[in-house]
Amino acid sequence: MNLDFNQIVPYIPFILEGIWVTLQFVIISIIFGFILGTLLALCKISKIKALNWFGDAYTSIFRGTPLILQLMIIYFAIPQLTGYDISPFLSAILAFGLNSSAYVSEIIRAGIQAVDKGQTEAAQALGVPYRLMMKDIILPQALKNILPALMNEFITLTKESAIVSTIGYLDLMRRAQVVGADIYRNFEPLIFVGVIYWLLVMVLTIIGKVVERRLKYSD
Amino acid sequence: MIKVENLYKQFGDNEVLKGISTNINSGEVVSIIGPSGSGKSTFLRCINLLEVPTKGTISIDGQSITDKNTNILKVRQQIGMVFQHFNLFPHLNVLDNLTYAPIKVKGESRQVAEDKARKLLAKVGLTEKEKAFPSNLSGGQKQRVAIARALAMEPNLMLFDEPTSALDPEMVKEVLNVMKDLAKSGMTMAIVTHEMGFAREVADRVLFLDGGVLLEDASPAEFFSNPKTARAKDFLEKVL
Repeated sequence: MNLDFNQIVPYIPFILEGIWVTLQFVIISIIFGFILGTLLALCKISKIKALNWFGDAYTSIFRGTPLILQLMIIYFAIPQLTGYDISPFLSAILAFGLNSSAYVSEIIRAGIQAVDKGQTEAAQALGVPYRLMMKDIILPQALKNILPALMNEFITLTKESAIVSTIGYLDLMRRAQVVGADIYRNFEPLIFVGVIYWLLVMVLTIIGKVVERRLKYSD
Repeated sequence: MIKVENLYKQFGDNEVLKGISTNINSGEVVSIIGPSGSGKSTFLRCINLLEVPTKGTISIDGQSITDKNTNILKVRQQIGMVFQHFNLFPHLNVLDNLTYAPIKVKGESRQVAEDKARKLLAKVGLTEKEKAFPSNLSGGQKQRVAIARALAMEPNLMLFDEPTSALDPEMVKEVLNVMKDLAKSGMTMAIVTHEMGFAREVADRVLFLDGGVLLEDASPAEFFSNPKTARAKDFLEKVL
């Protein structure tokens, strides 16, 4: 066995900085993906055929091609097409947000459709407009049911975020590779960031459980 | 007050209502009865446009609501509806169930809406439950809250779609009592029900539907003692 964790000690601050770098774009991507996913879900359940079609086509494309390909297209191909020199940060948010919204939209659509039809009827009978009904009556109930599935999606996104290392974005994963190249040892830095990813996911899991318990209280 | 003319409703190939015409006058309590599948619930749901009629017109106070240009939301705000399965909002407590629509739809202040809601809760005997969530209420309590929620919008007309059919037998009475009080207060009511005793005692008129056709329209005394059609006779023999 040739293991020596002492070697990475000088690099620990450098790696730890990667936590914030990773979290930064993961958090923004989750929020972006969630908002866009909600809108897409509303498209899918809309009575307007064109919106249904758009929602389905969107999901089909973003779920049907590899995330890493989407990331590469956004980072490498967009500059070629437009001349705009897109930053790794912006590419990462776009790729992960757009991709995640496809999955989130399916989760939310299922959640909305699982809410009892009587809820819609009760809101309609009271003269509540569609937008308010969705916002105040249907979505809160849907979210409660789909919270575990949503947390799953957020956890996946957090882990898959390591893919951005391929476009040179200095996230946790990329930092582990940089340190590995520097000290000619890969096992220690990779294990080190592996533990950090696991801890991040644990924190997310705990947050999910707390929110779930809070929501349960109200019924 | 409500004038229904030649109302048809079709679901796919299934014609549920076949040309119903009737009036409901202001302050009147009308019971709609008939075997299941007779179209009575559909008829009721057409009145607040939860079902859009295929043909025919409905007008309220001389204003057609089946017209394409009608503001459906405005129409529904004046019509309260009580459902068989209560349909309370499970994520809101009792008070919020009552105040949600008055605040968000009618633009009432929270203070005004809550005062009114508390008065209504007192009326239906549930003052102490204002902070409870629907899942902690019995069926009878839920339905009383649902009635209060509909009344909080200060409707001119109340529709009841089998309000006691999903209740345990011992809870039917508490709901019917609330409805009786409401009828006495002069509210215009249309009630789809299987409670023949209630229909006989409280209703001013009974409408008997079968196969999507309005077969009888009579006072309860007349209908229950001397039904005109064989179909109604047959029905009454089975349920009484």
